[in-house]
Amino acid sequence: MAATPTRLAAMPLLATDTLPGHRVTFGQDQALKLDCGVMLAPYTIAYQTYGTLNADRSNAILVCHALTGDQFVAETHPVTGRPGWWEAVVGPGKLIDTQRFFVICVNVLGGCMGTTGPREINPANGKVFGLKFPVITIGDMVRAQAKLLDHLGIDQLFCVIGGSMGGMQVLEWASKYPKRVFCAVPIACATYHSAQNIAFHEVGRQAIMADPNWCGGNYIPRGKNPTKGLAVARMAAHITYLSEAALTRKFGRRLQEREMVTYGFDADFEVESYLRHQGITFVERFDANSYLYITRAMDYFDMEAEHGTVAKAFADTTVRFCVISFTSDWLFPTSESREIVHALNAAGANVSFVEIATDKGHDAFLLDEPEFHKTLDGFLDGCCEHRGLPRR
Amino acid sequence: MTATVRARADLRPDLQHIADMIAPNTRVLDIGCGDGALLEYLVHSRQCDGRGVELSQAGVHACVSHGLSVIQGDADTDLEHYPDQAFDYIVLSQTLQAMRQPRAVLSHLVRIGRHAIVSITNYGYWRTRLSLVIQGRMPIVGEPGHRWYDSPNIHLCTTRDFLDLCKELDLAVERGLSIDRRGSARPVTMIDRLTNLRDEQGVFMLARGRR
Repeated sequence: MAATPTRLAAMPLLATDTLPGHRVTFGQDQALKLDCGVMLAPYTIAYQTYGTLNADRSNAILVCHALTGDQFVAETHPVTGRPGWWEAVVGPGKLIDTQRFFVICVNVLGGCMGTTGPREINPANGKVFGLKFPVITIGDMVRAQAKLLDHLGIDQLFCVIGGSMGGMQVLEWASKYPKRVFCAVPIACATYHSAQNIAFHEVGRQAIMADPNWCGGNYIPRGKNPTKGLAVARMAAHITYLSEAALTRKFGRRLQEREMVTYGFDADFEVESYLRHQGITFVERFDANSYLYITRAMDYFDMEAEHGTVAKAFADTTVRFCVISFTSDWLFPTSESREIVHALNAAGANVSFVEIATDKGHDAFLLDEPEFHKTLDGFLDGCCEHRGLPRR
Repeated sequence: MTATVRARADLRPDLQHIADMIAPNTRVLDIGCGDGALLEYLVHSRQCDGRGVELSQAGVHACVSHGLSVIQGDADTDLEHYPDQAFDYIVLSQTLQAMRQPRAVLSHLVRIGRHAIVSITNYGYWRTRLSLVIQGRMPIVGEPGHRWYDSPNIHLCTTRDFLDLCKELDLAVERGLSIDRRGSARPVTMIDRLTNLRDEQGVFMLARGRR
């Protein structure tokens, strides 16, 4: 189980053009204006869908993935072979029932599962983008998703839902395209990335950039991969997704397949072994430069800076909101969700807010949390009634 | 599955009196909405745009999972974030006595709502007085299962006390109902000693003073 450097460095880079799902490329005539000023064209959006769009195109739900998620929300992951990242919630007969809803999940701009990002070929010169890829924002990700919806002929989404960075996209959707969203569920997120969160991201980025195999971001042409740095970034980040209570419950101070400590730096403790495993499995499916770009997009997110006040970002909105937080989430604590709610109240928005009691930390939104699921189910069902969609 | 619409008869008497003060098709904010009984009635039977605030997670879950728009929050701290005159009616039923700052809460109510409907338990009710006089114990009203040390009700008042505070805050009492033990109501505007003694609850519709 211990991560040997040789094994990590030898991992091949993933080919994305054979992945399942859909891809659409937008040409020069449909350039995407990025917040940094660059006109991006052409660009490709990789996405996956589940279920069927109804006749009046009113049953679409956009699921927005988090930092290290991807479009494979409700199916066995084509690279890792593990269940889709939100199969607890999305699927046939599940809470977001793919027999009733048309579910769309888009690999974010800057991602590494087929959407244009730093690991893809720059059409301008036929070389891998690497650090030549423009810095993107949450706003850019959402703008690209809106282009995809135009392409799919969907005027209004029934629901936009997501946790963590997915929640930031939900807020951005509701703010920038209020007429295209009937209801919005931002989960375990905030209207800005806090200093502490930026700090953790910086640790991750520095770990990647300190890996000699990163080669100044130019590792792909050189046949290298900064897997050690990326694994460390993942390990540090993974701690922030859990809670002290959850770590204690899962691992305590238990030793890893041994009776006593070894007086060395092998993974003596179960928690070390677990984190190393998280690091190793992550690098099989994720690109180091993508990690830099997407963490940066989160860091730059700040609705108050953009709009003056967060309430202004949602002025006169008709979107129905359900904000959800978790008691033990210290990455996006309840206080930050409460700020969203206060801003929505100030804007006169229709908003529900629930804080779910759990010790599972930030990642609780991905897990089997009955109270969370019950709340979400009731909210969506109520919104179905208001939207005139068939209820459960 | 369709929404369970509570029948009129199912509403707690004081909630029914409150509901009867609310015009259809209006915007209503219910502070301390509990399991959402009043909200659900207003939304489904009066076509109101109803919102709620509730402190307990159980209450919020019950509301949201019934499709009601309710936020988990604390009236003592959250009301300041609402804009002026955002609602036609704002309801505070049997909650004022649990507030840490009842005076500040009342001021917010008439700021946020064009009409504030507040129902209170009258601790001047003769049975309540009698239990203190005869048994020598603090009365526990409307909170079965609670004792003085764990009751959420921390700021108790009589109807007279309440109306004195309204006067002090320059609030106009637009309507008043005094409700007896059996749930039947009689209109009151000025409180007299008898009303303060006779009736268990009061429901008042308030607005900013019109000087």
